[in-house]
Amino acid sequence: MSVIYILLSVSVVIGVIFFVFFIMAVKSGQYDDDYTPSVRMLFEDELVKEEPKPTIKTTKNN
Amino acid sequence: MENATCFHCGDSCGNHVISFQEKSFCCNGCKTVFEIFNENDLTCYYDLQNSPGATPKEIEGKYDFLSQENIIEKLTEFRDGALEIATLYIPHIHCSSCIWILENLNKLNPGISDSQVNFGKKTVRVTYNSETTNLKSVVLLLSSIGYEPYISLEDFNSGKKDINRSLIYKLGVAAFGFGNIMFLSFPEYFEVNEFWLEQYKPLFRWLMFAMSLPIVFYSAQDYFISAYKGLKARILNIDVPIALGVSVLFIRSTIEIMFDLGSGFFDSLAGLIFFLLSGKFFQQKTYNFLSFERDYKSYFPIAITKIDKSGNENSIQVYDIEKGDRILIRNEELIPVDGILINGKAKIDYSFVTGESQTVSKKSGDKLFAGGKQTNGVIEMEALKSVEQSYLTQLWSNDVFNKNKEDGFTNITNTISKHFTIAILTVAFIATTFWLFVDPSKAMNVFTAVLIIACPCAIALSAPFTFGNLLRIFGKQKFYVKNATVIEQLAQINTVIFDKTGTITSNKDSNAEYDGDLLSDSENVVLKNSLRGSNHPLSRTLYTILEEHNIITLDTFEEHIGKGIEAKHNAVNMKIGSASFVGNPNQSTILNTTVHVSSNNVYKGKFTFYNSYRKGVSKLFNQLKRHFDLVILSGDNEGELENLKKLLPAKTKLIFNQKPEDKLEFIKYHQSEGAKVLMIGDGLNDAGALAQSNVGIAISEDVNVFSPACDAILDASKFKQLYNYISASKSAIKIIKWSFVLSFFYNVIGLYFATTGQLEPVVAAILMPLSSISIVIFTTIATNLLGKRLE
Repeated sequence: MSVIYILLSVSVVIGVIFFVFFIMAVKSGQYDDDYTPSVRMLFEDELVKEEPKPTIKTTKNN
Repeated sequence: MENATCFHCGDSCGNHVISFQEKSFCCNGCKTVFEIFNENDLTCYYDLQNSPGATPKEIEGKYDFLSQENIIEKLTEFRDGALEIATLYIPHIHCSSCIWILENLNKLNPGISDSQVNFGKKTVRVTYNSETTNLKSVVLLLSSIGYEPYISLEDFNSGKKDINRSLIYKLGVAAFGFGNIMFLSFPEYFEVNEFWLEQYKPLFRWLMFAMSLPIVFYSAQDYFISAYKGLKARILNIDVPIALGVSVLFIRSTIEIMFDLGSGFFDSLAGLIFFLLSGKFFQQKTYNFLSFERDYKSYFPIAITKIDKSGNENSIQVYDIEKGDRILIRNEELIPVDGILINGKAKIDYSFVTGESQTVSKKSGDKLFAGGKQTNGVIEMEALKSVEQSYLTQLWSNDVFNKNKEDGFTNITNTISKHFTIAILTVAFIATTFWLFVDPSKAMNVFTAVLIIACPCAIALSAPFTFGNLLRIFGKQKFYVKNATVIEQLAQINTVIFDKTGTITSNKDSNAEYDGDLLSDSENVVLKNSLRGSNHPLSRTLYTILEEHNIITLDTFEEHIGKGIEAKHNAVNMKIGSASFVGNPNQSTILNTTVHVSSNNVYKGKFTFYNSYRKGVSKLFNQLKRHFDLVILSGDNEGELENLKKLLPAKTKLIFNQKPEDKLEFIKYHQSEGAKVLMIGDGLNDAGALAQSNVGIAISEDVNVFSPACDAILDASKFKQLYNYISASKSAIKIIKWSFVLSFFYNVIGLYFATTGQLEPVVAAILMPLSSISIVIFTTIATNLLGKRLE
């Protein structure tokens, strides 16, 4: 029945790992701005789409 | 056009519609992005780089101070070799394309390697190479694409701001412990006598003990500190019974597992701390883009142009201005120090300082006060005092600005906690005494059980969840409240004091009434057209009020500074201006601002300007008068007295000619007589009054621009809702009282188990979360219903 020691330590270690990730996330400032990243994420797609056709260029008259 | 929405971001364009290719845009960012996407067939990078955008004239020279080493040092948060990082506050950030354009700054200026927007705080953090570019060109670039950063004296002192994240760490620790302890305590609840469980019981228990250590000594430390402080000040605040409950829980549980008496209450302990902290966390609602702590520093420029003896212009820091320095003030710049006008036509807008709405003309030799804004070209002045000693800034040396309003205010939770704590201790002692005679072995068990089960978790959660939710509801309704205490104080108000200019009147438009002989059509045309040519603020106002006429070319047009305008067209020769200039025969002593008109040297009549009051002022005052004493405290003269008397209920006190300090003293005096004052103001001139009052609300036409230090910021469009906000705050107090009743009900059940000596860990583990969760549900539903009524 000493398998319980392994199970317990595994569960605690996993818990601790996630806890450490949480602390790291807070430290990195992830929770300071909870709006901009959600918008920024969508821009990345637009940028990728643009790159394939950079040759069609119109001149502006202003 | 009024309700046009931005083609790109869909926001309402308001009054500043930018038209481009027959489409309307709300900001230059949107327009730029549109240009990029549509016109340039998505080849944004290359074209963006080729279009530098013209630098508007006004900012020329304005940012010269940014090339100064010591100012760069203060404004950048990181400097290492060529790498510099600066965070700039840009009030204009308001939509997603703003983020897009600002995060692509590197395409516009290759010296910028990275720029990152924080939308909530309206800041952009720019990383750039100081060898290829510099702070000044970054700021100029931003200004040229329509995102002018706001750099004020405040930035100068703040430096790096530390963000306090301790609450979220504490909550994280408690959540981690709560979850794991619950898993570990479950087996014992269900299969008490199984063989293998008996064998491993100590291991489970000590693991729980180990996990509870950081919860008690780290997560819960604020409660111990606060309880200790409360006891020292002889106040039984809510943290006293909490700290008592936590200590008893921990000590009893530890003793139980040490002597193998039971499994302890570690799960309840962890759950209690977790719920309490989540309440605290929920109550924190911060509006990143608003600041409730502004003083004159947020309005003042960081640097100013000084003219040295040989006539050279240098940028110097505002704090370095000395008596006798000659300084240059550009159009729309703020005068940072008291001084004497030397050169140029000064037209100073003192509305910040005095609340007076009209600009004041000054000629050379006149005294200028700090805080005034120049509105008419460039002037030169000589400083008479340094920044700290100037008239406006001295207001901030008043003690009231260093006082914390929350001190000396007993909130509803602490009021009840006093009685609660005494009651619980009494119950504990009576029950213990009873058991000492019946079964002494159970006495200690009962004593601790009472303290554990009575730990006022539900009571402590009522206020945070009610106020926290109401803060959010208010925020959605454009009433931005600093913290929960403000709502509580708002519920206790009995006197409401209003500032006049900008608070009950609207800054945007004023009314003018014509009084005199009727003007002929041709005279009206000349009048309108001559006003068109004048830049005087009164001319501009009158111009917008008068109905449209054809645009004609005037034969002659002459503006006499400080007097008026003379214009001629065909046979009509008109004079528009002051009474003496026009030749008004009967000079009156009316205090209102007037503009007189004569045609071909015959006096025709005058336009009298009246403030235009916000919509719903009268209705609001009539709602308020039933419950509160009402006062108008104005820095203006008595010109509007008659108008106000007509508009407002008879019992409203009207007091005029109040300087900022007078307003402060007025409130102080009434508070000493027991008044609980709500002050509603707008400008810096109300700053003292807002700070002195129990609740200070700043009215703002646009919450993104600045409002003085206050407890709450109210969007001007919601002004007429004020009464509803106050009554909602009162209802919130009622909700809290009802949830106290609810939690007492749970306490009675718990006390039954405790006093009869039957408190098993499993009962505590069920009862405590149950009571907390039902309080959270009750307060949330009740406040949401309250919010529905507000809408």
